[in-house]
Amino acid sequence: MGSLIISRLGTAIPSLIGVIVVTFLLTRVLPGDPATYFAGPVATKEAIAVIQHELGLDQPLIVQFGRYVTDLAHGNFGMSLTTGQPVLREIANRLPASAELTLLSLLLAVMVAVPLGVLAALRQGSWIDHLCRIVTTAGVSLPVFFTGLLAVYVFYFVLGWAPAPLGRLDSFLTDPPRLTGFFLIDSAVAGQGDVFRAALAQIVMPAATLAVFALAPLARITRASMLATLASEFVRTARANGLTGRTVIVTYAFRNAVLPVLTTLGMVFSFLLGANVLVEKVFAWPGIGSYAVEALIASDFAPVQGFVLTMAILYIALNLTIDVLYGLVDPRMRAA
Amino acid sequence: MDRRTFLAGALAAPAIAKQAAAQAPSRAETLLLVQEYGPNSMDMQGLGSSQPVNGVALNCYDRLVRFKTLPLPGGIGKTFDLQQLEPELAESWQESSDNTSVTFKLRDATHHSGRPVTARDVKWSLDRAVSIGGFATTQMAAGSMEKPEQFVALDDKTFRIDYARRDKLLMPNLGVTIPFVFDSETAKANAGADPWAKEWLKNNVAGSGAFKIESWKPGTETIYVRNEAWTQGTKPSLRRIITRDVPSPSTRRALLERGDADVSFGLPPKDFKELADAGKVQVVGVPVPNGIWYVAMNAATGPFSDVRLRQAIAWAIPYDKLMQVALYGRGVPMWGATSGPIVAWPQPFPYDTNLEKARALVQAAAPGGFTTSVLFDAGQSTIAEPMAVLLKESLAPLGITLELNKVPGANFRGELNKKTSPMVINRFAGWLDWPDYYFFWNYHGNNSIFNVASYQNPAMDKQIDAARFASDPVVYAAAVKGFVGLGETDVPFVPVAQPLHDVAMQKTVGGYQFWPCREPDFRAFTKA
Repeated sequence: MGSLIISRLGTAIPSLIGVIVVTFLLTRVLPGDPATYFAGPVATKEAIAVIQHELGLDQPLIVQFGRYVTDLAHGNFGMSLTTGQPVLREIANRLPASAELTLLSLLLAVMVAVPLGVLAALRQGSWIDHLCRIVTTAGVSLPVFFTGLLAVYVFYFVLGWAPAPLGRLDSFLTDPPRLTGFFLIDSAVAGQGDVFRAALAQIVMPAATLAVFALAPLARITRASMLATLASEFVRTARANGLTGRTVIVTYAFRNAVLPVLTTLGMVFSFLLGANVLVEKVFAWPGIGSYAVEALIASDFAPVQGFVLTMAILYIALNLTIDVLYGLVDPRMRAA
Repeated sequence: MDRRTFLAGALAAPAIAKQAAAQAPSRAETLLLVQEYGPNSMDMQGLGSSQPVNGVALNCYDRLVRFKTLPLPGGIGKTFDLQQLEPELAESWQESSDNTSVTFKLRDATHHSGRPVTARDVKWSLDRAVSIGGFATTQMAAGSMEKPEQFVALDDKTFRIDYARRDKLLMPNLGVTIPFVFDSETAKANAGADPWAKEWLKNNVAGSGAFKIESWKPGTETIYVRNEAWTQGTKPSLRRIITRDVPSPSTRRALLERGDADVSFGLPPKDFKELADAGKVQVVGVPVPNGIWYVAMNAATGPFSDVRLRQAIAWAIPYDKLMQVALYGRGVPMWGATSGPIVAWPQPFPYDTNLEKARALVQAAAPGGFTTSVLFDAGQSTIAEPMAVLLKESLAPLGITLELNKVPGANFRGELNKKTSPMVINRFAGWLDWPDYYFFWNYHGNNSIFNVASYQNPAMDKQIDAARFASDPVVYAAAVKGFVGLGETDVPFVPVAQPLHDVAMQKTVGGYQFWPCREPDFRAFTKA
């Protein structure tokens, strides 16, 4: 196991270097000049030149890159020009918000999608199979901003069940003492019942919106891989040997079917983390996706580079976790 | 615990609880405002400060003077009179008899730190504004405040500004959100090596204003609390202001209609119109002073260097449709004038939708028609895009093919600076509401970034310069009529509408105050 982790980390280093070089070049190639943008509306050519010099944008690319890499090595991701704050601090503040939302929505999605997929595979052609098909089709075809706005309209605006979509916490409560950055965990640890309830109430709608979206690929892949394992010879053998239906399905079939589900789970997670911009916008969620998009629109290089780099590191960590989980599920992987 | 301490504790407890309740502002004393995005800095003089930073300058800092307020027509809220100033940090002021300087007497006021406000603070702050570069320095120069040597602290309470030249914009320019007064000692103590404490003031407020910053989470929320020691005006009635950044306009509208938000800043015109029609909340629309939505045409290069084609476009614009479809009627029409220029800005131009006149002009100048493109900012696309589409539709029968060029904010400025776009749809608003101020930025041969049309005409420059420094009202009126008239015949810009600055709020919220910077003034808001 240990050697597996080390070898995986070894292969990750070239990809990280690649990510650093490519994001640096991409942000420079994109049209748009941050100096013009930040010089303000009435800037003269001289004022723009001064800002270009201050930002180091008048230097050759290779010098800019050298400075960027040196800063990175010192743990300095640069300053965001749009928010005026260090990128590392902003990412550290916003990543937990996105991660909490994504993890909860993924949990919701798994809780619904896996049983639904398994049941649909077991009772092929039954009403539950059709339900699975409808849910997955709807999940894939409804854009998240639409489901988000619909949820806000129905549950907040018309019915009044959900709290105001104003981010992570009601305006009149203060954040729980920071431990993990996950409000649900932090408030529970601090024993603040009211904050926990408020944070939970705030997160339910956006998490459900994202879950609907994440549900579809998970349910489909569970159903498909469950069908494949149920049709395989070892399941037939197990049945022929007179094992109970429960043992056959849970111990033999499901355990084997879960591998592709895990892979999909990893992909869906990393995808959701960066791609929930629209949900963040609708629910005023102070997450990392909307931060990156706003920075991109303003040609604010540092946050974009910081975002891509963080995502790359997360992705590598995630793949590693999935690989380790594989080993736990499938003994053959441990030998390899 | 013996009996006596128990009793003392029991008796004291309700008193303590009451005190705590008094300290924590209740919802009735708290205003919740939702806006698209919040400040990116606490320092409006600093480089790259976004529009909402004006609100920090307005509420957390004081200026020497402020504008007198005027009731808005319609009875909700107030606007201002640029020509009438009243004291803020200055108690009184006097222009010297030879008209070369103005001297201010400061009132007794204290900074948030408890230090008294002195003339040295004023000097440091104005020195900073003229030296720091970028927008602050440009804005100061608009009132002929250009060098630190112009600012003199005579003693603790006396401050003088020496004129570079006598400029009618100097005094009004002291009331805008750039020349506000810092607590210079506190700023310098935290500055490190930087003489202007740029980094520290970006993240901290050091001033004497009516509100302090309780917390600031960029991109999420800014919370202001009342400065109980503020005596530079009527004490604000609200104790705490929470401003939340809510990017989605639909969500902002839902929050307001459900009654969870008290005030919403920046809704698209469509939502404002619907909210106004529904009548559940109050909508206040103030015509933005010196503001215009316009169609600009490049007078230096491309097809529109021919004045006949510019006039053709001015006759071809479907003004009424633009107003109804793009602006939902939330604007003041700028077309169809029946008499000549008057001394006012903005004012309607004598054009209207008349396709026959437009066709005749196109036939004369470009009989075969032509293809061109129109540039607009993606950040303003809720209004600019429908405008561009309607324009494209109405130009097609004239043989003009219009391509839409929608560009995100960062590139838009860059594109404007290149000055090569044949046509641009954009809006401009000048803080200082004088016709010559608007024309200086937009029409003058100095070709600033706002002269989107790259319009150069020595006759125009002469009239603008004459008006800027005219002391005789008759000369001034003649010059203004002169340059507006030139603008009407040469039409490098076709004004479409004067936009309304719309704010929506609960019926319980009162005291809305409109200022040139357009940001909300928390000092004036009330809540029933």
